[in-house]
This record gives sequence, structure tokens and C-alpha cells, in this order.
Amino acid sequence: MIPELGHFSLIIGLAFAMLLAIVPLVGVARKDQYLVRYAWPLSYGMFFFILFSVVALGYSFAVDDFSVAYVAHHSNSELPIFFKIAAVWGGHEGSLLFWVFSLAAWAAAVALFSKGLEEVFTARVLSILAMILIGFTLFMLLTSSPFARLFPIPMEGRDLNPMLQDVGLIFHPPMLYLGYVGFAVSFAFAIAALMSGRLDSAWARWSRPWTLAAWVFLTGGISLGSWWAYYELGWGGWWFWDPVENASFMPWLIGTALLHSVIVTEKRGAFRNWTVLLSIFAFSLSLLGTFIVRSGVLTSVHSFAADPSRGMFILLLLGLAVGGSLTLFAFRASEMRSPARFELKSKETMMLICNLLLTVACGTVLLGTLYPLLIDALGMGKISVGPPYFNAVFVPIVLVLFGFMGVGPVIRWKKSKAGEMKRQLIVPAVIAAVAGLAAPFLADGQFNIWVVFGIGMAVWVALMTFRAAYNIVKTKDGSIDLTRLGRSQLGMIIAHLGIAVSVVGATMVSNYSLEKSVRMGPGISHELAGYTFNYVETKNVVGPNYTAQQGQIEVYEGDDYVTLLRPDRRQYNVRTMDMTEAGIDWGLFRDLYVTMGDPISRTEYAVRINYKPYVRWIWFGSIFMMVGGFFAASDKRYRVKAKSAEKTAAKEADKLATA
Amino acid sequence: MKKLVLFIPLVVVLGMGVFLYKGLFLNPQQLDSALEGKPIPAFQLEVLEKSGETVTNETLKGKVGLLNVWATWCPSCKYEHPFLMTLARKNILPIYGINYRDDRPLAIRELSREGNPYAINIYDHDGRLGLDLGVYGAPESFLIDHKGIIRYRYAGPIDSRVWKETLYPMVQQLQAEAAKDGAS
Amino acid sequence: MIKSLMKGFSALVLLLSMASIVNATPVDTYEFKSVDNQKRALSLAHSLRCPQCQNQNLIDSNSPVAQDLRLEVYQMVDEGKGDDEIVEFMTSRYGEFVLYKPRMEAKTYVLWLGPIALLLFGGVIGFFFIRKQRIADANNQELSSEEQQELDRLLKRDAK
Repeated sequence: MIPELGHFSLIIGLAFAMLLAIVPLVGVARKDQYLVRYAWPLSYGMFFFILFSVVALGYSFAVDDFSVAYVAHHSNSELPIFFKIAAVWGGHEGSLLFWVFSLAAWAAAVALFSKGLEEVFTARVLSILAMILIGFTLFMLLTSSPFARLFPIPMEGRDLNPMLQDVGLIFHPPMLYLGYVGFAVSFAFAIAALMSGRLDSAWARWSRPWTLAAWVFLTGGISLGSWWAYYELGWGGWWFWDPVENASFMPWLIGTALLHSVIVTEKRGAFRNWTVLLSIFAFSLSLLGTFIVRSGVLTSVHSFAADPSRGMFILLLLGLAVGGSLTLFAFRASEMRSPARFELKSKETMMLICNLLLTVACGTVLLGTLYPLLIDALGMGKISVGPPYFNAVFVPIVLVLFGFMGVGPVIRWKKSKAGEMKRQLIVPAVIAAVAGLAAPFLADGQFNIWVVFGIGMAVWVALMTFRAAYNIVKTKDGSIDLTRLGRSQLGMIIAHLGIAVSVVGATMVSNYSLEKSVRMGPGISHELAGYTFNYVETKNVVGPNYTAQQGQIEVYEGDDYVTLLRPDRRQYNVRTMDMTEAGIDWGLFRDLYVTMGDPISRTEYAVRINYKPYVRWIWFGSIFMMVGGFFAASDKRYRVKAKSAEKTAAKEADKLATA
Repeated sequence: MKKLVLFIPLVVVLGMGVFLYKGLFLNPQQLDSALEGKPIPAFQLEVLEKSGETVTNETLKGKVGLLNVWATWCPSCKYEHPFLMTLARKNILPIYGINYRDDRPLAIRELSREGNPYAINIYDHDGRLGLDLGVYGAPESFLIDHKGIIRYRYAGPIDSRVWKETLYPMVQQLQAEAAKDGAS
Repeated sequence: MIKSLMKGFSALVLLLSMASIVNATPVDTYEFKSVDNQKRALSLAHSLRCPQCQNQNLIDSNSPVAQDLRLEVYQMVDEGKGDDEIVEFMTSRYGEFVLYKPRMEAKTYVLWLGPIALLLFGGVIGFFFIRKQRIADANNQELSSEEQQELDRLLKRDAK
């Protein structure tokens, strides 16, 4: 009964979305404010019914209703309850429902927090979000319903893939989806602006906090995924340039460009067409990601079970959304010459260069990701494009990007004062160069060009960010006034420092990781990077739905006891799958990472020991970025003044008459 | 002119869409063999049933044949086996087996129980021949012509549909070539 | 071991949703002749793709064919064979597919030169965009009143 209610509720949600996609737009066309205002209750209704649908699916998981095919395939009565709930988004159908739910949640949020915006504009945004939602809800109802029943009803569920039974599953997909789908809001704002023909600073200002929010979630989703892969897959890698990872990274790159372009549009009225294009592409790349993950056109470790009919449907949606919006763009893009002028040496130029470099970096990832498909489609055989390619082309581009990124926050809008720049740049540049050159010699005494540039650029970005912060807080008479620092500036500073921190982590772990594969058993010890690993014994451990052999490895640094590492080899009962669970001792400057391989003799195992310097910095940096993004999104300027909202309400009627 | 520039993103994206559409009908998992058009790699291995007797790549020349990689640990091979038996009975072409990374007594027992469709069975215990053939999983089958050249590789179990639609037409063509060259 | 994996492979690909086949992490205890050999062999094996798996390199994959090939790479490195020779050994058996770093050849020109072309293209766009601004600026120091109005309109719409 409950699953049927969930299914039914989803259909009602779809009906609400259909009304939302039509009624307010009719209202705009007919200049009927009454119809326009339907957008709000319809958005809330849509959100409510889809929320109910998600709750119904969660309930079916919680009570082990194996008559629901999706539950039977992704759960088991022995599964811990939080994994049962998280399994709602653990497979194709459920994650699609969650995708749609995220979209409805964003739409409801836009409806709730947009009181100060023009009513007509917000109504259009909500209608556009509803159109996207219709597409995906139809996709779900027609090809992959999570509520489909199974007959005969199995006694037990087939269990969640042991790979997914981890806290990573609880947080990573929701964050990622909220990020992916969040760009739908920027997209809808851009389309609404195109429709109304008003690509102006107000639109940019309205769009900016939403873009930031989506970006924060996407940043969180990607780094959680990277962290999860790091500790769960047992290889100690943190980024694999897998098609599915790239699928989330491309919207992030374009989203980052968009964040900055939208600032220029807001503050200077420039780059308007460019901001619209980036809004369209950020969302299009999110859709492309959905296509790649669910259609099976590319082979990936992470993809869902492949099905061409699903791929066809998503491709159709992708074509409608992207084709439609780009056609609209081609006809409605602003042809007005940008009235805002700027000099070569100006913040605008830096923003432009960084935007172009981010876009080129994204284009490169796109090229590498789709190239095997391209070659195959042309009948020229099968090739692979992997990490060596991406590292070779992507890293140089971003290193150049960091160079300009350092200058951006310091330089003035419009025109920098002669000599001022040089004075501010020279000291950080020298320090960065010295730090970069010193880094490889301090690390292992051997020159390494990648370390020089990686560390050098990280130091450069960090120093320049501090300089920018100083410029902001210093008053004319030379004293320091922290109140001059607005939230969005504070956000920028934190996020840029985050980039520097992540770059240090990535550089160090990529160049100075050590590993050793050895045979280990009771009494055997090995040494790596100054640590002694002493295998004490193997314990048998029983988990809720698995049994495991657990190595007990004591680690000493010299004579000092450091920690006890406990890597597992788990056998999951239902899917009879073997899993390795790494034993990790994390630290600010290094991780010690141990995995158990196959048994070699009765008491001995093949054991891999890894030393990963600075690996945590990669994710610390992302936390910085998220916090920064959060600060920027919560800037006072975007919050609505309640008073003015009332005042504008009266004006809306007139405005509608002239719209 | 300026207007046309604005259409560039649309055109680029539509072009990409065409490839994505085509991509839906491709199977990224199915690899072409690097050995098609090349002779069978040189080998000298024992016959599965008799440990003293050896087979070489020369032994397989002279006739159009089907080289089938199999093992007792491979469930798809068991699925494929009945069809290979039917095929062997039809006497269209010799089927050569490569017993890949397997245990000799187990393999012999399996054949005596389930029937033996193979004209010759090559015992590739350490998987060296499999490696040289670019085998990445069993079952895999290679069509070889009368000169001992590999002409086609099929990865996965052969059933009557695969045989009728893909393999048999090629076999007929290869046999016609062989007849022209005067071989049987 | 091989048995269960081979059996698992096709079934898992069909049935599992995310993260299909990666389960146990492979650990080999191969003893290299020297540390340099180990370094070279590992980096080489990292850049070769397992022909059977879902986008995994030879090191990360636990499939039997990856194990064989990995061992083959290790042995060939210890025998003193060069990288090119080993890559040739792999591609002559498994095709170009196993190379994560595609060779520079006719069909990969676009792949390798594409990023440079994109960079140039971006540079040209940026150059013209900025130059247009500057020329306009040089010809006309002040905004015309019409343009000033337009800019004000753009910047001030919501500031009422």
C-alpha cells in the first residue's frame, strides 16, 4: 500500500509540475497577476508530494518490504538501518527519485527565498525548473520506477553492494546531487533572463547566491567522493580521472568560472552573454554527467547498470534542454555592446583570463572523456584515455591559471594604478619562487619540476590572497578595520586559501607517496618512510552482516609507539563478496595506509603499506572552499529587506502591465 | 554576422549529441582482437589427454578451423558446451580446444562426462598461449583460415544465434577461399 | 579465486548498480631486482589498462588477466626490457585499448593537439574582446550619455 501511495504521490507531484510549467507563463503572457502568483503554491505542492514519495520509499526500506523490486535488489533485513535509508539513493531508480527530489527542493527554496525579486521573474524561474522536473519524472515513471512490485515476493533482499555499505554512501550522493541539480537554478535564472530580455546586473545578483550554493554542494560532493574512494577502494588513490569522476568535475570547473563571471556581470555589467552561456553549460554538463553514468556509453568503475533505452531518454532530455536553451540564446543574447569599459591591467581582464582557462581546462577533460567514444563511433577502433593523458594536459593549464588567480583579488576593477601592481606582486612572487625551488630539496633532495611549480603556485596564491585581505581591511589612514571585510570577500579569501591548501596536498601526495607490498604474518615487521610496521596477529571479527579477518599491525616511529592499524578482509554473507577495508592512521602531514591482500600461507598475508604525505590537505582545502562559498552565499546583500519587499509588491502590478 | 557567432555553441553541442547518440549503440566492453589478420602465435604445448604428445601452431594449419578457449572453472563455457557438441556433430569445421589455465584431470573428467567436441585439445596450463592470443576471459573463440591466419575473434559464449548470424557466414567465405587455393 | 572472479564477472556487470566489480584489493609480493626496477614497473603497470575490467589499470584490478599481465610487466622489467618493448608486447596482443596514454598518431591528433587548439582559440577570443574594449576606450574616453544610461540601468535595476 505504502509503495503505491509513494508512486501515486510522485504522479501528483508530476501533475503539479505540469501546472507550474504552464500556468505562471500563461499568466505572464496574459498579464494576469493572479495566474502568475500560482507559481508559489504549485512549487510547494510539487515539493511536498515528491518529498512524500521519497519518504514512502525510505519507509519501504525501513520495514524490509521486499515486494518492492528496488528494495529487494538493494537491501536485506540484516542491513543496518542507516544503510537501509541510504540505499534509497544507492541504485539507479532511487537515485533518480532523489535527483527529482533535489530539484523540487531547490524550486521550493527559490520560491521561499525570493520574496524580494520581481514576481514575474521568479515565476518564470519556477516554471523552467518545473519543465526540467517533468522530463526527469516522466523518465522515472516510464522507464525506471523505484516502486515497481516484484512477484513472487522474495523472502530476503539481495543486499546492498558491500562497496556501498559505508558512511560515504550516506553523504556523498545527496551532496553531489544537490550540487548537480543546483546548477539547474542558475540555468533557470539565465533562461528567465533571456526570456525577459533583461540580462542585467539585477539578474546576476539574484543568481549569484544560488550558483554559490550549488557550487558548495558540488564541491562537497566531489571531495566526499574522492575521500570515500581513497579509504574504501583500498588503492589509496584519491582521483582516477574516471569518466564518472570527470562527469562531476566538468560542471564544477564551469561552475567555478560561472561564479566569477557572474561577479563581473553584477558589479560591472560586463560579460553578460558569457555568464548566460556558462549558466547553460554548467547545467548541461550536469545532464551530460547523468547521461554518462546511466547510459553505459563509457566504461567506468562507478557507473550504474547500463541500459541504452535509459540513455536514449536522457539524451532526449539533454537535447531538449541544451538545444532549446542555446537556440534561445542565439536569438535573444544581448547584442548591445558592453558599455562597461576596462583596461588591459584590471580585475576584469584577470577574471576573463581565468574564465577562459577554466573553460579550456573543462574542454580538455571533456575531450579526453569522450574521445574513446568518438573514435569508436567513427569506426576507428577502441582506445583508452586515462590518467597519464589528463595529468599531462590538465596540470599545465591549471598551473597557469593559478598564476592569474593570484593577481585577480589584488588588482583593481577597471584600471590598476600604474606601479601599484608591481609593488604588490614582487615580494610574493619572489617568496613563492624560493619556496617552490626549496620544496623538492627539503623533501627528498632531488629536483622535481612538478613540485617546484605545485608548491610555488600554492604559496603564490596564498600570499596574494593574504595581500588582498590586507588591502580590504586597511583603512586610508593605515589602521586595520575588520568590519570592512564583507561576507563575500571573506568567502573569497577562505576559498582561495582552500585552493592553495588542496594544491599543496595534491602535489605532495602525487610526488612523495611511498608504497611497499610485503608478506606479513605474526612476528614479521617491515619498515617504510621511517616507520616500523609490526604484524602482531590476525583476529577474527564478526560484523552485522559480514565476517572478517583483521590484521593487528603496530606502528612504531623509532622506539615510539604510534598506533595500531587494523586492516580488514571482509566476507559479506549475502552477496558472498570479499572486500578489503584499509587500516588508516591519519595525520596532518601524513597518512599511514595498510591493506590486506590474499592469504599466502596459513598465517601470512600479502600486505600493502602506503605512506601518503599531506594527503589530508586535499580535503581540508575543499572544506575551506565550501566554507568560503557558504560565507559568500550568505552575504547580506543577497538577503531580502522585508520592507522593500512589501513596497515592491505594489509596484509589481504596474510592472506586469508593462512586461 | 554577429548573429551567426551566437549560433556556434548550438552547432557544437548538436554535433556532440550526434556522437553521443551513436555511442548508445556501441558496446565499449567489446574489444577487437589485435591479432585479426595475423598468424596464430608460435607455440609448442602438450595435448590435454596425452602428456607426452605435443602440438604446435603448424598442426593447426591446412584447414579452416575454430579455436576455442575453455576451462572447467568457466561457467559460460558450460553454457556454450552443448552447442559446440552439436556443431562438432555437423562436421563443418574442426574445433580446436585450448584448455586455459586449468587442471588436467578435472578437464579430462569434464570432457568424458559432457562429451568432447574438440578435434585437438591444447593444454595451456600456465596461460602462455592465452596471453599471446590476447585472451582476457573464457570463453573466447578464434576463426582461423587454412593458412593459419586468425581472421576473427569472438569473445563470449557461442550459441546458435551467434553462429548463424556472425560465424557461419564467415566460415563459408573462408572455406570458399580455401577451396580456391586448392586446399580442402 | 580465478573461478569465483570469472563467474562473478559477467553476473556482476549485469546485476550490480554502482561500483560493480571492485572488491578485494590486489596485493602482490613480487620481489624486484632493484628499487629502480620496481618504480619503473609500477609506473608502467599504472599506465596500462586491464582489458577485461571496468576502467581499471593493471595495478588496481584483481581480475586474473590483470594479474597475469602485471606479473608479465614486472618480469619483463626485471629482464631489462625497455618501456617501448613492453608496451609493444601488450598492444600486439590486446590492442591500443590497453594504453591509458594513447600514442600520438593520425587518429589521436585531435586528442593531443585539441587542448593546445582550445587554448589558442580561447586566447584569440580573449585578445579580441579586450582589444575591442580598448579601441572603444581610446576613441571615446567618456561614455556617451546614452551608454551611461544603459550602464546605469544594468547596474541599478534592483537598487530602488
